Amino acid sequence: MHIVVCAKLVPDPEAAFSMFRIDGQARKVVPAPGLRWVMSPFDEQAVEAALRIREKRPGTRVSVMTLGAETARNALKHGLAMGADDGVLLADAAFEDGDSYTTALALSGAIRRLGGCDLVLTGRQAADGNAGVVGPGLAELLGVPLVSFARDVQAEGRTVRVERVLDDGTEVVEAPLPAVVTVSNELGAARAPSLRETLHAARKPVVAWSAADLGLPAGEIGAAGIRCVRERVFVPVKDGRCEMMEGASPEEQAAKLALRLREAKAI
Amino acid sequence: MSGALVIVELVQGRPAMASFELLGLARDVAAPTGGGVCALLFSADRAAAALLIARGADRVFAVGDPLAADYNSDTWLAYAERAVREAAPAVVLASHTTSGADLAPRLAFRLESAVATGCVSVAAEGGVLRFTRPCYGGNARETVSFRTLPAVATVRGGCHDAVPADPARQGGIVALNGGVPASRLRVVERRKENPQRARLEDARVIVAGGRGLNGPEGFRVLGELAEALGGVVGASRVPCDLGWCPPSLQIGLTGKTVHPDLYVAVGISGASHHLAGCGGARNIVAINTDPDAAIFRDARFGIVGDFQKVVPALVAEVRKLRAGC
Ligand SMILES: Cc1cc2nc3c(=O)[nH]c(=O)nc-3n(C[C@H](O)[C@H](O)[C@H](O)COP(=O)(O)OP(=O)(O)OC[C@H]3O[C@@H](n4cnc5c(N)ncnc54)[C@H](O)[C@@H]3O)c2cc1C
Ligand SMILES: Nc1ncnc2c1ncn2[C@@H]1O[C@H](COP(=O)(O)O)[C@@H](O)[C@H]1O
Repeated sequence: MHIVVCAKLVPDPEAAFSMFRIDGQARKVVPAPGLRWVMSPFDEQAVEAALRIREKRPGTRVSVMTLGAETARNALKHGLAMGADDGVLLADAAFEDGDSYTTALALSGAIRRLGGCDLVLTGRQAADGNAGVVGPGLAELLGVPLVSFARDVQAEGRTVRVERVLDDGTEVVEAPLPAVVTVSNELGAARAPSLRETLHAARKPVVAWSAADLGLPAGEIGAAGIRCVRERVFVPVKDGRCEMMEGASPEEQAAKLALRLREAKAI
Repeated sequence: MSGALVIVELVQGRPAMASFELLGLARDVAAPTGGGVCALLFSADRAAAALLIARGADRVFAVGDPLAADYNSDTWLAYAERAVREAAPAVVLASHTTSGADLAPRLAFRLESAVATGCVSVAAEGGVLRFTRPCYGGNARETVSFRTLPAVATVRGGCHDAVPADPARQGGIVALNGGVPASRLRVVERRKENPQRARLEDARVIVAGGRGLNGPEGFRVLGELAEALGGVVGASRVPCDLGWCPPSLQIGLTGKTVHPDLYVAVGISGASHHLAGCGGARNIVAINTDPDAAIFRDARFGIVGDFQKVVPALVAEVRKLRAGC
């Protein structure tokens, strides 16, 4: 079977926010030049899910696909070093300043150009925008079923069997292939690239497609195609005043806190 | 297109508090569009529909289809699409839960429109609907508007007050039943947690633990504090990932959004990803060994100390106070 994992390169989501700056004019969050860029963590777990399927189903092909600037190639390199078989790079100025819709449209176009696939895996949400829209959007654009928030993904015959996280438990859902599955952190840690696969990765095939290669109308991609307009970005203000409970012992600190909470009518 | 459609979620057969909040929000944003408020209810129970009307719905689409009683992505989407075609709303609101976050983006694409997920506020200003949501792990917020209609959004709990129930309010009930394509999905098994356990989403007091608890045993100690305070236990992501507690306890950007009166964060560093889920608490208390932990920037009260000593002492103090009143 053929699995396509969609993966985005993002500024290190664990980095201190002092490494970012808000450009009010451009309505953008701008990472510092030295900041490390990584494959978005849930996307790494989506690659992991694909590799686990391949281990059980030899002959499975895992492609990693990314849309972004030329540097997004690093997301592909990482996925290939983890063990994916090949990569698809969608780097074209025409894709720039898009939104979830234009991104999903371009990715769906590239999946079609590949001749379709059996399973599309995405992260539950990208670690920069935190939207969680592209995965479900792909399911709609490709006209296939969606199963979101997967903690386990098994492919048996022409069926995908997903254990999905609920607010109050889990459920096991089966969908016919082809399908889109979004992966959540409950899947468990993604493997680190091995030395062997990293050395191998340089020789794995990567195709780069432009907007024209996907045959999408110019008005539907990048800034021209957006449906969602960002009007403002800002950092919420915190009052930052914390009253510290000082004391010679934990008992004293605890007694003070209990009293203050009573005064504040919190208990 | 005018007015709003609210997608209602049920908890043990009754509309969730978060759905009542959405009706309150819907009334605010529907008014300037000149339309009413519709609710989509996945139940034929007339008492549930009446509750929605009392809380602000003008019309309730009641889905009696037993195949839609529990969440099913395909089935709910099909009914939501039908309700949208009938009500022609300017905005569709769902809760930011695992079902809302699954359904809303699909619905937006199906309607050839757009969606904003995990919103903390929705406003109708001068005829423009604006949605504000956390991004960059909760460090920043963005305000967006759409070029297409209807706007679809998932909204975090506690972002708007529900309107008080008015049993005299009038509204209509429209039955929707069948006539939708069969779902491609088959739910093979559902493992729900003890439904008697108090829900984090509605809790007034939450005691949450993080990596600093150093193992599952720490959560037992936390449970005692929660019990003394009459609250429930929650967690940051780390203990959930490490299996110290169930994933359903996770609070944060990718976990639950909570808005208690009192939130006690124990052994939690205060990452923006965590605060995105609990920043709306009225009072945050932080207990942490590190005086420079970020959590103290968000807390109202703090104790620098080892939870193993501080928490039992606090349990004793709370019990003393409570016994005295
Ligand atoms: C895209 C993305 C989404 C995420 N979503 C979420 C989310 O929804 N929710 C979430 O919580 N996290 C989320 N995270 C993870 C988040 O970034 C942090 O890594 C996580 O919140 C840290 O958990 P913590 O505070 O428990 O652990 P740590 O950051 O390791 O902090 C442990 C704290 O315990 C203190 N401590 C140690 N020993 C003691 C002791 N004996 N007594 C008292 N204090 C002690 C330490 O001083 C420290 O401050 C997400 C991350 C990403 C990248
Ligand atoms: N530019 C991109 N390139 C490849 N995959 C993407 C891109 N943007 C989003 N995705 C995929 O869609 C998921 C959800 O993204 P989002 O809707 O932006 O939160 C991500 O976890 C990725 O798997």
